[in-house]
Amino acid sequence: MSTNSYASSHPAHHILSVLVQNRPGVLARVSGLFARRGYNIFSLAVAPTEDPMLSRITIVVDVESAPLEQVVKQLFKLVDVVKISELDPRRSVERELLMATVRVPAEDRGQVVELTNIFEGKILAVGVEAITVSLDGSPDKLDDFEELLRGYGIVELQRTGRVALPKLDKEARLKAVKHGKAS
Amino acid sequence: MTQKITGAQALIRALELENVDTIFGLPGGCILPAYDPLLDSPIRHILVRHEQGAGHMAEGYAHVTGRPGVAMVTSGPAATNMVTPLCDAYMDSIPMICITGQVPTTAIGTDAFQECDTVGITRSVTKHNELIMSADDVPLMVRQAFHIATTGRPGPVLLDLPKDVLQNSMTWHWPSDEEVLDSLPGYKPVSKGHPRMIKEAARMILDAKQPILYAGGGILKARAADALRELAELIDTPVVTTLMARGAFPDDHPLCLGMPGMHGNATAITAMQKSDLLITLGARFDDRITGKVATFAPDAKIIHVDIDPAEQGKVRRPDVPIVGDCRLVIEEIIKAIKDLLNGGEKQQDISAWKSRVSGWREQFPLYYPTNEPGEALKPQYCLEQLRDGAPEGTILCSGVGQHQMWSSQYWKFNEPYTWVNSGGLGTMGFSVPAAIGAKVGRPDRTVWAVDGDGCFQMTAQELVTASVERIPIKVAILNNSYLGMVRQWQEMFYEERYSEVYLSPELPDFVKWAESMGCIGIRVESPEEVQPAIEKANSIDDRSVVVEFRVDAGEKVFPMVPAGFSNDDVLLHPDQNNRREFLR
Ligand SMILES: Cc1ncc(C[n+]2csc(CCOP(=O)(O)OP(=O)(O)O)c2C)c(N)n1
Ligand SMILES: [Mg+2]
Repeated sequence: MSTNSYASSHPAHHILSVLVQNRPGVLARVSGLFARRGYNIFSLAVAPTEDPMLSRITIVVDVESAPLEQVVKQLFKLVDVVKISELDPRRSVERELLMATVRVPAEDRGQVVELTNIFEGKILAVGVEAITVSLDGSPDKLDDFEELLRGYGIVELQRTGRVALPKLDKEARLKAVKHGKAS
Repeated sequence: MTQKITGAQALIRALELENVDTIFGLPGGCILPAYDPLLDSPIRHILVRHEQGAGHMAEGYAHVTGRPGVAMVTSGPAATNMVTPLCDAYMDSIPMICITGQVPTTAIGTDAFQECDTVGITRSVTKHNELIMSADDVPLMVRQAFHIATTGRPGPVLLDLPKDVLQNSMTWHWPSDEEVLDSLPGYKPVSKGHPRMIKEAARMILDAKQPILYAGGGILKARAADALRELAELIDTPVVTTLMARGAFPDDHPLCLGMPGMHGNATAITAMQKSDLLITLGARFDDRITGKVATFAPDAKIIHVDIDPAEQGKVRRPDVPIVGDCRLVIEEIIKAIKDLLNGGEKQQDISAWKSRVSGWREQFPLYYPTNEPGEALKPQYCLEQLRDGAPEGTILCSGVGQHQMWSSQYWKFNEPYTWVNSGGLGTMGFSVPAAIGAKVGRPDRTVWAVDGDGCFQMTAQELVTASVERIPIKVAILNNSYLGMVRQWQEMFYEERYSEVYLSPELPDFVKWAESMGCIGIRVESPEEVQPAIEKANSIDDRSVVVEFRVDAGEKVFPMVPAGFSNDDVLLHPDQNNRREFLR
C-alpha cells in the first residue's frame, strides 16, 4: 500500500497554509482542532517565516470540503492564528524533501546511484551494505522515487511533508523578473 | 517608574486595574504567593467550598453584570475541578477569567506534587489560555486575557501561573491599549456588519410573508435587547427567545412567542417551522432548537447575524450571512428598513401569518393537569406560585433537568439578565453557585435558584459559602426523588425500564441539611403550603432559604421534540393531542 501517493491523487486532499505567532503551544492548538473531530493530518511542516515572530504551518489533510470549511473557521478563531489560506494544488508550488537509506550490496549499488542521478537526487552517505540518498521536489516526484527505491529494500525513510506557496500569476512573475528575483 | 514588585503583586495590581471587585476562589500551595498581596487589596475574595463552585459563581456574576467573573485556584486537582465551569462558560459564551497556580517552572514536566498540564487540559474548553513563564509578562497577559474574554464572542480565558513566576520580582509596566492590540496580531473580532448584506437583509425582511425573529443568547451578550425590541415593533414580527435568550425580549410583549426547541412551546416551535424567513440574531441553530436538521424550517430563508464567523453555515447555510455585533447590526438593519420605507417601499402584509400564529397560541397554551385535592403537588404549580410571588426584578437561576425546562417555560422574563442557566453544557450543580455569583453581582436583587434534588446534591455545600460570606439567596428544590429528566426519557423511550434514576424521597433530609449550612429550611408537601412557604422565603433577607417542594415524581415535561425527531412531530401533552390538526 502506498499511502504516500494517496494525498496527491485523492481528490479530498487540501493544503492549508497557516500563519501563526511563533509561540509555545500553537501547534497543539492547531492540531487539536483536527484531532477532536477525528480528522487525520496527512502531513505537517512548521518553520519560522521571514518574520521570526511568525511561523508558517503547512498542513495537508484529507477531509471533505464542507467539514474542512468549519475547521478552517475554527482555526481562524485561535488567537495565535494570524492568517490562513487554502492552497489549490493546481495553483500552488509544492516541495518536499525525502531521505532514504536503502540496503544494497556493493555490487548493486551502482543501480541506486544511477536512479538517484536520474531523479537529480543526492548521495548523502555510503556504507558497505547500505546507501543514504535524498531528493527534494514535488510530492509526486518523491512518490515515484520512493516507489522505485522500494524494490531495493528501504531500511529507513523520512519525508518532511510538503511546504507550499501560491504560484505567481503572470503579472507577478513579470514583476519579479523586473526586480531581478526570478530564478 | 521602575518599581520592583513580585509577579504576585503585579497580578493583583493588574486585576485591580481591570476593575475586578470580586474573586471567587480557594488557595493552595502553588497559588499561595498570590493570596498574600490579596490581603492588602480592596478586591473581595469569596472562599468557596469546592473549586467548581468558584467557577460557576464567576459565571453567575458575569451573566447578570456583563463583566467577566474571576476565579482563582491552585494547581493540579484545583485546576481540574475548574474544567467543568470553564467548559460551561465556553459553551455559553460567558466572559470569565480563571487564574490557576502551577508548580515552579523548574519543576514543570517532572510530575511534581500537584502538577498537571493545565493549559493542555483546558485548551479545548477555553477561548484562550496561557502559561506565563516570566513575571515580567504578567501585566500584559492579564490585559490580553480581559480583552479576549470580553470582546468578539465572549468566553473564558485561563492564565496558568507557576509559583516562581509569582515570587520573582519584575519591573511594573501597565501596557497601553495599543500595546495590547499589537501583541495580538491574530485577534481581530469584527463588530460592524457588511453594508451590502445589511441592505439585502432589510429588503428580505420587507418581502417576507411569514417572518420570525429568532433571538439567541448573542442578543444578551451584545446588550441588544432594546435594539431587538425596536426592530420587532418596526416590522411587527413575532419573536422566539431561545433558552439562552430568555429575557432578551419581554415575555409579556404581544409579539413574544417564548421558547422554541426540544421543550419549547408548540407555537414557538411551529412558527419557526412554517416561517418563510428566520431572522436569526445571535443564535446558532443548536440541535436542541432545530430537531432533525434536514426537516427544520424547510421553507425558510435565513438571515444569520452572529459575531462568530464560524457559526455562519455551521448547521444551516444562511441566505444572508452577517458577521458582526448583534446590537450594531440590528441598528443598521433598522436604519436600512426605514430608508426603504421612506423611499416608498412597502412591507408585505403579514396579518394572515400573525393570525395563524395567534391561533396556535390560543390552541396550545402550556398545559399541565391541575392538582386535585389529595394528589401529589405539581412542580409546574410551584413554579407558577414562585413566579407570582417573586419581588420585581428577581433573578432566576436553575439547574439542569426537568425543573430547568419548567423554569424557562413557566417564568415570565420581562427584563434581560434575569435568567441564569447552563444551556450548552447542561451542567447539573450549576444553580446554587451560579445564584451566589449572581447575588454578588446584583446584591440589590432577589435571587432564586430553582434546583432539582439531583442537581442540588452536586454543589449544595456552596450554601455554606453563602452563609459565611453573607450572600443570601433562595433555593427552591423541586424534589421528585428522581433524576427526573432521565426518568422521563426512560419512561418514553426505554419502555419504562427505569435504570439508576431513583434517588430517595427521604434522603438526604434537605431541611436539616439546609439548617446545618446556616440556612432556613422549609418543607412543602401540599398545595396549600406552597404560597405561605414562598411568602416566608421572600420575607427573609438576612440569610439563605431552602424550600423543598415534594413534587409529583411522574410529571413529564411537554411539549417535547425527542432527539432526532422533526419539529413537525412535536409531542404535545396527551390532553392536547386531540387538537393536533390545528398545528398545520
Ligand atoms: C453533571 C451532569 N451529569 C449528568 C447529567 C445528565 N442529566 C441531565 S438531567 C439529569 C437529571 C437531573 O435530576 P434532578 O436534578 O433531580 O432534576 P429533575 O430532572 O428531576 O428536575 C441528569 C442526570 C447532567 N446534565 N450533568
Ligand atoms: Mg429530580
